[in-house]
Amino acid sequence: MLIFEQSRQGRRAQAQSPGHADEVTDIPENLLRNESPLMPEVSEMQAVRHYTRLSQKNFSIDTQFYPLGSCTMKYNPRACNSLAMLPGFLARHPCAPEGMGQGFLACMYELQEMLREVTGMPAVSLTPAAGAQGEFAGVAMIRAYHDARGDSVRSEILVPDAAHGTNPATATMCGYKVREIPTDRQGDVDLAALREAVGPQTAGIMLTNPSTLGVFERRIEEIAAVIHEAGGLLYYDGANLNAILGKVRPGDMGFDVIHMNLHKTFSTPHGGGGPGAGPVGVSKRLEPFLPVPIVGYDGDEYYWITEDVRPQSIGRLSAFMGNAGVLMRAYIYARMLGREGMHRVADFATLNANYLMVRLARAGFDLAFPERRATHEFIVTLRRQQKELGITAMDFAKRLLDYNMHAPTTYFPLLVPECLLIEPTETESKEDLDAFVEAMVQIQKEAETSPELLKEAPHTQPVRRLDEVRAAKHLDLAWTGTVA
Amino acid sequence: MPFIPHTDSDIREMLATIGAGDIEDLFDEIPEGLRYGELSGVPEGMTEQEITRLMMERAEADGRPLCFMGAGAYDHHIPAAVWQITTRGEFYSAYTPYQAEASQGTLQLIYEYQTMMAGLTGLDVSNASMYDGASALAEAALMAVRGNRKSKSRRILVPTTVHPAYRKTTRTIVDNQDIELVEVPYCSEGGNTVPDSLKHFEGEDITALVIQHPNFFGILEEVDELTDWAHRQGALVIAIVNPTSLALLKPPGKWGESGADIACGEGQPLGVPLAAGGPYFGFMCCKQALVRQMPGRIVGRTVDRDGRDGYTLTLQAREQHIRRSKATSNICTNQGLLVTAATIYMSLLGADGLARVARACHASTRALVEKLTENEYVEPLFNRPCFHETALRFSLPLADVMRPLFAHNLLPGYDLSTDYPELGNALLVCATETRTAADIELYADHLNRIISAQTVAGCPVKPKMA
Repeated sequence: MLIFEQSRQGRRAQAQSPGHADEVTDIPENLLRNESPLMPEVSEMQAVRHYTRLSQKNFSIDTQFYPLGSCTMKYNPRACNSLAMLPGFLARHPCAPEGMGQGFLACMYELQEMLREVTGMPAVSLTPAAGAQGEFAGVAMIRAYHDARGDSVRSEILVPDAAHGTNPATATMCGYKVREIPTDRQGDVDLAALREAVGPQTAGIMLTNPSTLGVFERRIEEIAAVIHEAGGLLYYDGANLNAILGKVRPGDMGFDVIHMNLHKTFSTPHGGGGPGAGPVGVSKRLEPFLPVPIVGYDGDEYYWITEDVRPQSIGRLSAFMGNAGVLMRAYIYARMLGREGMHRVADFATLNANYLMVRLARAGFDLAFPERRATHEFIVTLRRQQKELGITAMDFAKRLLDYNMHAPTTYFPLLVPECLLIEPTETESKEDLDAFVEAMVQIQKEAETSPELLKEAPHTQPVRRLDEVRAAKHLDLAWTGTVA
Repeated sequence: MPFIPHTDSDIREMLATIGAGDIEDLFDEIPEGLRYGELSGVPEGMTEQEITRLMMERAEADGRPLCFMGAGAYDHHIPAAVWQITTRGEFYSAYTPYQAEASQGTLQLIYEYQTMMAGLTGLDVSNASMYDGASALAEAALMAVRGNRKSKSRRILVPTTVHPAYRKTTRTIVDNQDIELVEVPYCSEGGNTVPDSLKHFEGEDITALVIQHPNFFGILEEVDELTDWAHRQGALVIAIVNPTSLALLKPPGKWGESGADIACGEGQPLGVPLAAGGPYFGFMCCKQALVRQMPGRIVGRTVDRDGRDGYTLTLQAREQHIRRSKATSNICTNQGLLVTAATIYMSLLGADGLARVARACHASTRALVEKLTENEYVEPLFNRPCFHETALRFSLPLADVMRPLFAHNLLPGYDLSTDYPELGNALLVCATETRTAADIELYADHLNRIISAQTVAGCPVKPKMA
């Protein structure tokens, strides 16, 4: 039931708004609202109960195994939340002077420094509000760099066909044409095709490494050389940084610009789809173009570096400094991990993924790249099940929900038919991984003996499979009833 | 090993299953020359107790000043229930609701949010949110260019009464797409955008007109005249509005003859703490005809195979994961957790509660202005009606007044001189419902004492009212 359907005219949570408020007399009549907007009219307890009950209709990391590939659904430490929400931090107005926020700015500066170190990039800006905004900032900097050199014939960004959809969308937003580069049978970028595609029109390439296929791009140094020789720049999509944290650095691989997804690698909450944070790191030659503000430190005080002293900056990406509270959570997480803990992230994310991959392969599931090591994730393809049994990746995914496990990512990357992209993360125990294997084996048996169990799954959720075609055809995007 | 559950025997068994000697072997596809093991710039790890101590010291140091600053971020009361429920693990640690059946909580909440935002703005539909108000304006500008098929110019009029940071952000984001942002000056007496100042654009191809209302100075714009003018030119109208104000003010959907086409703005006043500027959320609503041009996630109501109501992401064919380079935007996330907070906030306030907050803020700011302008060196800057925020002119150097107020742990307002040097010593002030009469009294006392010290003791500055 919707909150509006529980509403009764005239009911409200009286403790939550001023008891007395003078009527407004100095605003012209024609600018005033003449009817009340549709909003809930409920007591405080009704609101609390309603939203608590809604929360219980969600799967989450705190309640379920959540092996969603490419999303790094690891445990979000509770301390990161409670400490980022200390009253002294929440009370800080974004335009308050630097002198009244040295504690906050110290955290931001130290986060910048740690991110520089783990990525091997000489300069970092924390301001992009999400991965996609970090991508935008990165490609906008590539463009600003070429433009500043008077090199404006570069009109193309290369993107591997396995890339996340935000990569080509971002290139378009920055005014570039997109050229796709095919992948070879082993999951690496097709080097011959790449060599053919580069030229004076190449502004750069956007790469994820490990790629979205769950494998490490082994010829990354050759790729970097090909692009750099053509005068292009390399953009690193940090979606999969969790796989290599403390093992290998994008800066050392030859990348010129990178974004990180702190909501993945640095364990800030996904929040049902945001907020994220997508800091960018750059090589020395791109530093003048970094988005502002950036935090500076003169050995005594922390201060903002703004467009006044960075005239070549691509500019601002949000009204203030981006998702400060997310950055605080990432900072706290990084300090708790420390140097040793960061190495362990990649170690155990990789151990878990390889263990799960081997066990699923032995249980009879087909791997997309059986000769390759898993990175922090890997791909199972259900093409055989689809052909032989008419059971799709979607059916498996929906049936997993009945086993009280979130489904892996399905139908991405687009290259592998009927794929499940599986990322267990380092915070899952061996028992949880074993339970997932058991569930998959059980579902495979069901697929052979009673496929309707899969076809009609899920059976245990608040709703059964939804009519998405109807949702798009008969748009119902807001409730239009009246409050009783 | 914080947050890693593996025992030594787990590790041994897992490596044996894989057939690897040790964990390092699992990285054997990474070229040897690239391996890096130092991380010397990262300090040693800390226990929860240690990091708690450090963060409490830093939070304490930041002082929690008494805030009379607005400028796009407002210090409102937030009911305790809002963040207690929002940070429940089931909301906090869930991902984007791609598996709809296992995400009905988030999805239904977004549908309720969309309903409330459509109601507040008086428009047909809302999306599931953008990063913040400034980036929402940038996306609204791109949306207007896609949506206004009759206009070929890609020219958008942006009054200088629009938040300076919103204008900068929009410039950054649309810069590489051949879109021209044309600034429109404001009236120096009224602090508003005068419809007459648009006259010389008549007959030209204009894609959209942006109207911020109340504008950055807190001043109310002549929204009906401006909207009708834009529509007569064939331009779309993009409204930037403060959601608190909409409990009292005519919603964008009712501006002029046919209403604004797109409304966007900063959602922070709806239950989101100031928190150094984020995470906040941008909202975006539009007329039904433009829904397929809208960026970002949208939730729709549908039915499951048993005919029960259920909620799902819809119109995904607009989005980057389907359309790739032809998507309406590269945006992937929304600000889900903030939308959760805002939805609970709006449910606890209701229309009546939100109107009470709006009236209390407005009265509070009026009381502040009356009190501060009792001093002969301070006067209102503009002569037109405002809502809950307005600018004051000081007839002595503002920086010299502000510095000692900071020292009293008070944020006196937003200094307009950087963004609007032509205004001289101008301060944008705001007192929300959380500022009491005693707070306002305290501000005025400090200010009077500071001004009299600077005007009497040795260095007299004459009051010179323009």
